[in-house]
Amino acid sequence: MEKELYTITAFSENHIGLLNRITIIFTRRHLNIESLTVSSTEMKGIHRFTIVVEASLDLIERVTNQIEKLPEVLRAAWYVNDDIVYREIALYKIPINYAIDRNIEQVLREYNARLVDIQNDFVIIEKTGHVEDTEKLYDVLKPYKILQFVRSGRISISKHKKELATYLSELPINEYIKE
Amino acid sequence: MEPKNKITGAEAILLSLIKENVDVIFGYPGGAIMPLYDKLFDKNNELKHILVRHEQGAAHAAQAYAQVTGKTGVCFATSGPGATNLLTGITNANLDSIPVVFITAQVPSSLLGTDAFQETDMVSLSMPVTKWNCQVTCADEIPDAIAKAFFFATTGRPGPVLIDVTKDAQNELFEYSYKKIKSIRSYCIKPELNDKDINDAIQLIQISKKPLLFAGHGILLGNATNELKNFIAKTKIPTAVTLLGKTTVSEDDTAYVGMLGMHGNYAPNILTNEADLIIAAGMRFDDRVTGDINRYAKKAKIIHIDIDKAELNKNVKADLAIHADIKCFFNEITASLNYLSDEKWRNEFYVLHEKEEDKVIKKECFPEIGKIRAGEVIRLLSDKTGRDAIVVTDVGQNQMMGARYYQFKNPNSLITSGGLGTMGFGLPAAVGAQVGQPDKTVLLFTGDGGFQMTSQELGTIFQYNLPVKIIIFNNNFLGMVRQWQQLFNDRRYAETNMPTPDFPMMAKAFGIEGCVVSERENLNKTLDTMLKHNGPYLLEVKIEKEANVFPMIYPGKAVDEIILEN
Ligand SMILES: Cc1ncc(C[n+]2csc(CCOP(=O)(O)OP(=O)(O)O)c2C)c(N)n1
Repeated sequence: MEKELYTITAFSENHIGLLNRITIIFTRRHLNIESLTVSSTEMKGIHRFTIVVEASLDLIERVTNQIEKLPEVLRAAWYVNDDIVYREIALYKIPINYAIDRNIEQVLREYNARLVDIQNDFVIIEKTGHVEDTEKLYDVLKPYKILQFVRSGRISISKHKKELATYLSELPINEYIKE
Repeated sequence: MEPKNKITGAEAILLSLIKENVDVIFGYPGGAIMPLYDKLFDKNNELKHILVRHEQGAAHAAQAYAQVTGKTGVCFATSGPGATNLLTGITNANLDSIPVVFITAQVPSSLLGTDAFQETDMVSLSMPVTKWNCQVTCADEIPDAIAKAFFFATTGRPGPVLIDVTKDAQNELFEYSYKKIKSIRSYCIKPELNDKDINDAIQLIQISKKPLLFAGHGILLGNATNELKNFIAKTKIPTAVTLLGKTTVSEDDTAYVGMLGMHGNYAPNILTNEADLIIAAGMRFDDRVTGDINRYAKKAKIIHIDIDKAELNKNVKADLAIHADIKCFFNEITASLNYLSDEKWRNEFYVLHEKEEDKVIKKECFPEIGKIRAGEVIRLLSDKTGRDAIVVTDVGQNQMMGARYYQFKNPNSLITSGGLGTMGFGLPAAVGAQVGQPDKTVLLFTGDGGFQMTSQELGTIFQYNLPVKIIIFNNNFLGMVRQWQQLFNDRRYAETNMPTPDFPMMAKAFGIEGCVVSERENLNKTLDTMLKHNGPYLLEVKIEKEANVFPMIYPGKAVDEIILEN
């Protein structure tokens, strides 16, 4: 089966070690995680994992099932890129003299990037988009002597009407109920 | 002075176990777990502790105890080496889905991460081999951790769980209260069985001419042997079992057609590739069952029922994958289905079975010449114990022989290491089985190799006077590996030939009776002596050195390429 880039989204309880349990599922199958983002959700105590991985559909289905099987994972689902709107955020640190000399304003406008911080000797530029977009800007900014570049993992939202997240709102408030 | 209403974390652990109906613990003490053992000293009446001789033994024993009693096994070990010694046993329980709660002690929380004496990161180490685990660093987390542990271990697809408790958490005083857990929002214990699935299944069954039912371990775990029995009584659909599903159905049930897999029976393996419908109930299409997956069951529609959704479509694509509790499934479908399998189809199994009887079974169970064979010993013991014993096996030829030739009739009467194939499982598992069923005859079939991996548990058998009957099939070889070397490596017996100690003498050193039998004419009498003996007994049987287990599906071959002899 052909490999493709998939995005797996999982919701879980916020417990120590769960990240480890999830990554083990990938390492065991010799799968490399392209990007991983973990963050809290709008629901207190529930975390969202966004995992980007290249694999065959067959394997993605099995891996997603294994993630959902973890007792503290609430839901897991996989998407192809067409199913989702997704973004990464990139930050670029550039010496201030280069930024002034070379008319950075035009670049910012053209690439829909923003200046987010100015210090005595450098500026920080932010761009949100797909990997290709932030990479493109990287190339453009290269002559500006990029001092530092950093890019986040992917976050995504599904185009389906009933997203996994709507299910969150239906969740019981308490993690567990005792007898 | 302790405030009256407060107790220590250690005592809280024990009280919580009692609340979860635990009465037996298998374990071994050490530094970090001393507070817990100190409290255990006062709880002798409610909690019986079995002191094993190695923590691996505690893990296997706890698993076997769980299997023969239907309760949850509980196991204690100290930090560091005590905990790491458990790992083989935890993994074994994990692959065979047995509910065991492991409690390991940990260094004081102030020392975590400092490479303190006997500190190991047991939570990380056990993560890939437990269903769930956690670390507890203060006493008031203990009740919830234990309640969750039992909930996860026993519900859904069962499995081992582990709680790592720091020494300071054991010593800390707190106000204790305990309630069991009823539900957890992230975890569904019983998937809903929908009508459509049942209707679809009924339709597939009704149009099938050659249906075959696979009964797996899930039926035992789901307590559904009666429901299975009703289903096959009504439909007479030929029923084959997996190794761990061996005791889901009595072998004299007319629908029973034998065991699947590499050393299973001839007929069900061959006819897997003839069937037009396979109903796979609580089994997971292990590679030892399927052989070459690309040539597996190609003529059959597949209905796969499992409580673990991740098993569905994992190894074999199902035409109808039903995520359900197996008991509910059988109840529903038996009520609504009107179907009787075709007699001609059923007869195909008998015809093929006659071949196996003739070419394999007769020679193995009723030989007249040559050295004693494992099969004949097992068949004799099957008869002599009225098929009513609990059979524990180790791993290797002894295991396949035990599964093949003891004629099981009771659910959960075969305790064997399936998924992991752990040599050394047998003796400690026999300890656990006998502790769980003190009035039953427990027979252990083991090899000379596997026995020596955990033979220290003779000490445990001696200490608690457990009347286990230990049968060592001594072929002076690591038999199963030697068989492969013979068949596939041109008889190059690399490191599989081993001299053995005087086993009965070893037993005697532990105060256990024993003897050797090597002649067929003495076999009957010796077996009687063993069975009549009041207490543990070790019988070493000198068997044919180069005997092989057949039938066999050679590695890489398809199930219908199973062969009866070399
Ligand atoms: C812990 C462990 N080590 C190695 C193996 C590989 N192995 C499988 S069967 C076997 C031979 C078992 O020999 P023995 O215990 O004498 O039993 P027999 O096959 O002769 O009945 C070996 C080495 C294993 N299953 N488990």
